Amino acid sequence: MADLNHLIAEAQQDFAACNDVPALENAKAKYLGKTGSLTDALKSLGKLSAEERPAAGAAINVVKQAVEQALNARRDSILAAEQAKQLASETIDITLPGRSQSVGGLHPVTLTLRRVEELFHSIGFSVADGPEIETDFYNFTALNIPDNHPARAMHDTFYVECGNDSMEHVLRTHTSPVQVHYMQDNTPPLKIIAPGRVYRVDSDATHSPMFHQVEGLWVDEQISFANLKGVVQDFLQKFFERDDLTVRFRPSFFPFTEPSAEMDMSWNGGWLEIGGCGMVHPEVLKHVNIDSEKYRGFAFGLGVERLAMLRYGVNDLRHFFNNDLRFLQQFIK
Amino acid sequence: MQFSEQWLRSMVNPDLDTAQLGHALTMAGLEVEELTAVAPAFERIVVAEILEAAKHPDADRLQVCKVNVGGEVLQIVCGAPNARAGLKAPCALVGAELPGISIKQAKVRGVESFGMMCSSKELGLATEANGILELPADAPVGQDIREYLALNDHTYTLKLTPNRADCLSILGIARDVVAMTGAPFNAPEIVTAAVTDTQSKAVKVAAPAACPAYYGRVIAGVNAQAVTPDWMLRRLERSGIRSISALVDITNYVLLEFGQPMHAFDLNLLQGDIQVRFATAGEKLALLNDTEITLKADDLVIADNQGPVALAGIMGGKASSVTNATQSIFLESAFFTPDVMAGKARRLGLSTDSSYRFERGVDFGNTLNALERATALVLEICGGQPGAVTAMVGQLPVRQEVTLRHARLVSVLGIDVSIAQVGQLFTQLGFAYRENNGVFTVSAPSFRFDIAREEDLIEEIARLHGYEHIPAITPVAAQGMLAAQESQRSKHWLRDAMVQNGYQEVVTYSFVDAAWERDLYGNQAPIALKNPIASNLSVMRSGLWGGLLDALDYNLKRQQTRAMLFEVGSRYVRTAQGFAETATLSGLCYGSVLPEQWSSATRAFDFYDAKAHVEALFAASVRFVVEQHPALHPGQSARIYAGAQAVGWLGKLHPQWQQQYGLTQACYLFELDVSALSHTKVPAYSEVSKFLPVRRDLAMVVDQNVSAQAMIDTVMQAKIANLQQVKLFDVYQGKGVAENKKSLAFLVLMQDTCKTMVDEEVDAIIAQLLEIWSAQYAATMR
Repeated sequence: MADLNHLIAEAQQDFAACNDVPALENAKAKYLGKTGSLTDALKSLGKLSAEERPAAGAAINVVKQAVEQALNARRDSILAAEQAKQLASETIDITLPGRSQSVGGLHPVTLTLRRVEELFHSIGFSVADGPEIETDFYNFTALNIPDNHPARAMHDTFYVECGNDSMEHVLRTHTSPVQVHYMQDNTPPLKIIAPGRVYRVDSDATHSPMFHQVEGLWVDEQISFANLKGVVQDFLQKFFERDDLTVRFRPSFFPFTEPSAEMDMSWNGGWLEIGGCGMVHPEVLKHVNIDSEKYRGFAFGLGVERLAMLRYGVNDLRHFFNNDLRFLQQFIK
Repeated sequence: MQFSEQWLRSMVNPDLDTAQLGHALTMAGLEVEELTAVAPAFERIVVAEILEAAKHPDADRLQVCKVNVGGEVLQIVCGAPNARAGLKAPCALVGAELPGISIKQAKVRGVESFGMMCSSKELGLATEANGILELPADAPVGQDIREYLALNDHTYTLKLTPNRADCLSILGIARDVVAMTGAPFNAPEIVTAAVTDTQSKAVKVAAPAACPAYYGRVIAGVNAQAVTPDWMLRRLERSGIRSISALVDITNYVLLEFGQPMHAFDLNLLQGDIQVRFATAGEKLALLNDTEITLKADDLVIADNQGPVALAGIMGGKASSVTNATQSIFLESAFFTPDVMAGKARRLGLSTDSSYRFERGVDFGNTLNALERATALVLEICGGQPGAVTAMVGQLPVRQEVTLRHARLVSVLGIDVSIAQVGQLFTQLGFAYRENNGVFTVSAPSFRFDIAREEDLIEEIARLHGYEHIPAITPVAAQGMLAAQESQRSKHWLRDAMVQNGYQEVVTYSFVDAAWERDLYGNQAPIALKNPIASNLSVMRSGLWGGLLDALDYNLKRQQTRAMLFEVGSRYVRTAQGFAETATLSGLCYGSVLPEQWSSATRAFDFYDAKAHVEALFAASVRFVVEQHPALHPGQSARIYAGAQAVGWLGKLHPQWQQQYGLTQACYLFELDVSALSHTKVPAYSEVSKFLPVRRDLAMVVDQNVSAQAMIDTVMQAKIANLQQVKLFDVYQGKGVAENKKSLAFLVLMQDTCKTMVDEEVDAIIAQLLEIWSAQYAATMR
C-alpha cells in the first residue's frame, strides 16, 4: 500500500487555489469523488488480505478525514468571504431621506375649534349646529332684535335673494341663532357650544366678510353671571395654557342677553377684547317656551380667528382665507 | 359720541384724572373708544402783541418784530406774511418745546431773535395753517396760551350701545358719572325767558302718538349774522361739530348739551300754522342737504299751510331754513317717539345726529327745558325778543313700575350686595323706588328708555357695583356623561382621514363668483346675495370645487407644483321650503402623486389615486357609476352611490376648465356628502371559519366598454352559495387580446363554513359564474 499522506498537502494546496464553491467541489472530486484518489484507495482495500486490511483502512481514513477537514475549512472560508463581499456590496447610504408621502395638515381655524370643542366637551358641553342661511326671525327677532331696532345696524348683514319667498333670509351674522334652534328642540338643563361660519358685510385688514365664531350656552336652574365669568376664565386659561390669565367683564349691550358684557382677557400687561357674553334674555327664553323664573342661563360668543391669532402668533387675519400652502403648512403638527 | 372733557367737567368734576375718568366710563358701559389731547404738551407760549413789524434788512420774506409778551418786549424775526403791528398772536418764548421744535435764542440772517410767533399748525392744533394764529384784539397779553385757548382739554369718543341713548348728551354722561362716582352734579341752569314779543305760531299735532310733545316759540329780531362765541365754537369743535352760523350752532350746542334735537325755522318763510302730521304719499320735500325726497305715508313731517317744511326729527327743509338774512325764527323742540322714528332715517339713507337720538329715545322730560336753554343762548348771542311758548303736550310715555327682587339679583349675578347698597345705587342713578322686604319697586326717569323689566335693573346694579368686582366662579352642577355613538364618525375623524392621506385642509368663502357656479355646476340660478361685498363673492356656492380650484391657482402662482387640498363645509341649494345646506367634504389633487424625491419615480395623479382616497373614506362599500357632471371630463366622471342614494362625485376636471384655469396638468376632484361618510358599523363578531377558502383566478376577455364593477355586481347579486368574494386584480390590453377588448383578471374566493370544499363543488361555482358572465357580458375565458 503506497503512502497516501502526501495527498493531504496536495489537497490543501488544491483547495486553497479555489476561490468559489463550484471550483472547490471540482477540486474535491479529485480526492473524494467517484474516481478520486482516496476513493480508489478505499476500493483497493479489497485486494488486501484480511490481516492487512484494518491497518490500511485506518491509514486511508486518517488521510480522508484530513482532506475532508481541509475541504470544509476551505468551504467555510469561501462562504464567509462571499457573504462579506455581498454585505459590502449591499451597504447603502443610510443618511438619504426616507421615501416620503404627501404630508397633510389641518387649517388653523380647525385646530382652534377642535381645541375649543375638546375643552368644553371635558365639562359636558355638546356641539350643536344650525343653518348659515337663516331667517330674519332666528337671526334677529327670536334674539330680541325686532325690526328697525338700532342693534340691527350693529350687524352689517348680508341679505339673500329669496325669489318668491316672502320670508327675509340673511347670512347669519352670529352663531347665536343656534341657541334658539337648540332650545326649541331640547329641554333644560342645556350645555352646548355652537361653532361655525358667520358673515358680516365688512372687509379690510382686520375684518373678513366670513369668519368663525363659537357660541356657548348653559341653561340650568342656578346659573349665575359669576359662573359665566368662571367658565370663560377657566376656558381661556386652559386654551392658552396660562394659569395667570384673568378675564375682565365690561358692561355692554346685546339684545339677547342681560346683563351683557364684553369679555377682555389679560394679555401681555394689557387687556384684549375676546368676545361678548351675558345672561340669556328672558325674551329669548320666552320665544322657546323656557320658564325664565325656573331656568336661566348664560351665553357667550368668541371669535375663533382671534383665538387662533393669539394662540399661534398670526398677525394678519387675511392669512386664514388666502389658503397659501406656505402659511397652512406651518400648522402641520 | 365725541365730547370735550372740560365741558363734561363743567357739569360734574369727580376726583379722577383724565385717564381714570376714561376708565370709569368704560367700566360703566360707556366704552371710551378714543381719548386724545386737544393740544400737544407744550409750555412757555403766551399771548403776545406785535408792537412793530419792520422789514428784515437781508431777507425779503422776513420781518423783524418788536413783541410785547407781557412784562417785556422781545425782538423776534418772523416769516409769516400776516405778522403786523397791532396783531395779537401766540408767541413761544425761549425754552419752549413745540412738536418737533425747540425754541432757542438765535440769529436769523444776522438778526437776533428771542422767540417764535406761532401758527396753529406749530401748536399742533391744525394740520395746515396759513400764517401765525390771529387772536382776538381783547386777548390778554402775557397770558399762557393754554389757559387762554383752554387747551388743557381732551376729547373722548364713546362707542355707545343702542340702549344708552341717555348718554348721547353731555348732561346724560354727567348724570351717569354722578351715578358711578357720587360726585356733585352742576346741571345747567334753566331760566324761563321773559316774553317780550307778541308773535306766536299755532301748532296742530295731527299725529299725537308719534309726537306727544311739541314746543315752539318765535324769537323776533335776531341778528343772524352774529358771531358764535369762542367758548361755544371750542366745545362744538371738540365734539366734532363744524360751525355754520350762530343760530345753527346754538341748536347744535343744545343738541349736544341736552341730547335734544332742535330746529330753527326762518319765521318769515313759514306760511300760516304749523302742523305735525304724517306725509301724504308722494309729497316732495327739498332738504337742507340739497336733496329732494318723495315722502311715504308713514313719514312724519312738520308742515305749514303750503306743505312739508321739515322731515320730523331727521332733517329740516331747505326752503324754510335760517340764513344770514333771517330776522325772526321759530324754534322747535319736540319729542318724537322711537317707534315712529325707528328705521326711517336708514330707509332714506339720512342718518343725522337728530334721527340717531330720536330713534333711540330722547328725554321727554327735558323738551321744554331745552327750548328755554336755546332761547337763552339765542338772546345772549343773537339778541331778539322771545314770544310765548306754544306747547302741545299729549300722552307722554308712562314709565311702568319695575320690580326687582333682591334675592333674584344676588342669585343671578352671584355677588353679595346688600339691600341698602342697592337702594343707594338707585338713588345715585336718580331712579325713584320703594322697598319692602327686599323687593324694590322702581320707576325709571324720563331719560331712560331701557328700564322695563327686572333684568334691566339687575344690569344697572351690576354695572354700578362694578363688573370688575364680579367673581369668577366655576359652576357646581350635576354630572352626567355625554352620549357617545360608536357608529358615528365626526367631521374631525373625516378631516384626520384626509390628512392621513396627505391632504391639506383649506377654508374658502361660502360665497363665490357666479361664473364658477355656472361653469362648474351648471347652476344658472344660484342663490344670490342682495348686497354682496364684491361681484366675485356674490352667490352662495352649490359646491366647493370653485374655492378649491381658486386655492390651487393661488398656490401655483406662488411656485407650488403639486397640491392635495380639501375642505369641509356647507354647500347651499334652494328648495321648495327655502334653502338647504349640506355638509360636504371636497378634495382636489393636482401634479405628482408624491413630493419630488430621489427614491420614487415621478408620476402624475390619475383617476384611481383620487378614487382610492375616496374609497378609504367610506365605511361601507359604495358604487361608482358613469354619469356626467359639468365640471368633469365626460370619460372620467363617476357618480358615487351608497345603496340607491347618490352621495357624491369623483372625476377629472374637464379639459375645458383645466385650460380656462390655466392648469398645465390634469386635476382630479371629488365632492362627498358628509352624512354618507359619518355612519360606520359597530363591529359585531362572527365565527372565524376553521376551513380555508379556495381561490381560483379567472382571466376574462370582454369588450372594452364593459365595466368590471358591473361584472362583479352581477355575480354577487346572483347569490351563489359559498361564493365569498370576487375581486379584480389585473387589467390587460395588448398582444394576445383582440382590438377593442380587454382582459380582466379576477380572483374568486369560495368557502364553505362547515367543511372543506371539494373540487367538484368549486368547479360548479366557477361554471355558474362563467355562465352568468358569458350570458350577460359575452365574456370568454382567455
